[in-house]
Amino acid sequence: MTDLRSSAPPPLDDSDHVRGPTEAPLLLLYGDFACPSCALADRRLRRLPLRYAFRHFALRSKRPRALALACASEAAARQGAFWPMHDALFDDQGHQDDPHLWRRAQALGLDLERFEADRRAEVTAARVARDVTSGLRAGVALTPTLFVGGERHAGPPTPELLEALAAGIARAGRGEEPARADSM
Amino acid sequence: MTVIPPGQPAPEFSLATEQGERLSDADLEGQTTVLVFYPFAFSPVCTDQLSVYQEVLDELESRGAKVYGVSCDSTWAQKAFREKLGVTIPQLSDFEPKGKACEAFGVLHPGGFAQRALVIIGPDRVVRYSYQAPSPAELPGANLIFDGLEAVPS
Repeated sequence: MTDLRSSAPPPLDDSDHVRGPTEAPLLLLYGDFACPSCALADRRLRRLPLRYAFRHFALRSKRPRALALACASEAAARQGAFWPMHDALFDDQGHQDDPHLWRRAQALGLDLERFEADRRAEVTAARVARDVTSGLRAGVALTPTLFVGGERHAGPPTPELLEALAAGIARAGRGEEPARADSM
Repeated sequence: MTVIPPGQPAPEFSLATEQGERLSDADLEGQTTVLVFYPFAFSPVCTDQLSVYQEVLDELESRGAKVYGVSCDSTWAQKAFREKLGVTIPQLSDFEPKGKACEAFGVLHPGGFAQRALVIIGPDRVVRYSYQAPSPAELPGANLIFDGLEAVPS
């Protein structure tokens, strides 16, 4: 049986998807590529110079394409293209079917045959499930859920949170933020 | 009004099932029961909540827990809601007499709907865990159910 009791989000490791300057404040987002509120959150966050980590919260019953899209992003990751696929999925949520995924994979220059095999592989499903489990244990109950400085924020970032993030980025830019590990 | 605290016996109640039968406190004997009280069928937040619990339903069942959704909606609305979500969690209606069971569990909102709350009742029909969300918009994660099940004597 999986342990699903409460536990803070595990610290980032090498298999996590992280981008942005290392000295910037860290924001962890549990999201679903089929979720419109996640696309909105991504739109608001992408222009900020944050250190940004993405974990999957794709539920079987929630949206029919959630799992397929999560696995597609992981298959792209195996060819070093997680973030381009992440952006391509959020930028055009109206196109989520398999032919649309193939088109994206081709546009990103991926090996299509390998992409197809990888997105259906058990190891890919297990990678997605690992994120979902850590999200469940951290109390994630809707998407997107953001973690900033150990605090959980459910829903797309509010103007107040964006303001606090911008202030944190400014402090980090002035070297006022202490160095910190990639922990939640 | 606040949710019934752990240690108290489950109150007397009777709720309507989708099959047109009644489920009462006596029916809980011998099983671990998780009651998920939610304000309204089809409200966006409730939608997310039940989808999350559906994701871990196998895990809950493997721990011997039986999960029910409870609201003051009619059985018809609950059934349509459950089917729309694609979840299998059985729904219990507190529509008639309206809010009576929610009141017995201490989760009836003055507005005539259920507060968002979790109540876990042991096989001995004693409440072992309860949680009421600070606001109806705040979703209790599935982790709280697994924490609560720790309090049920095995």
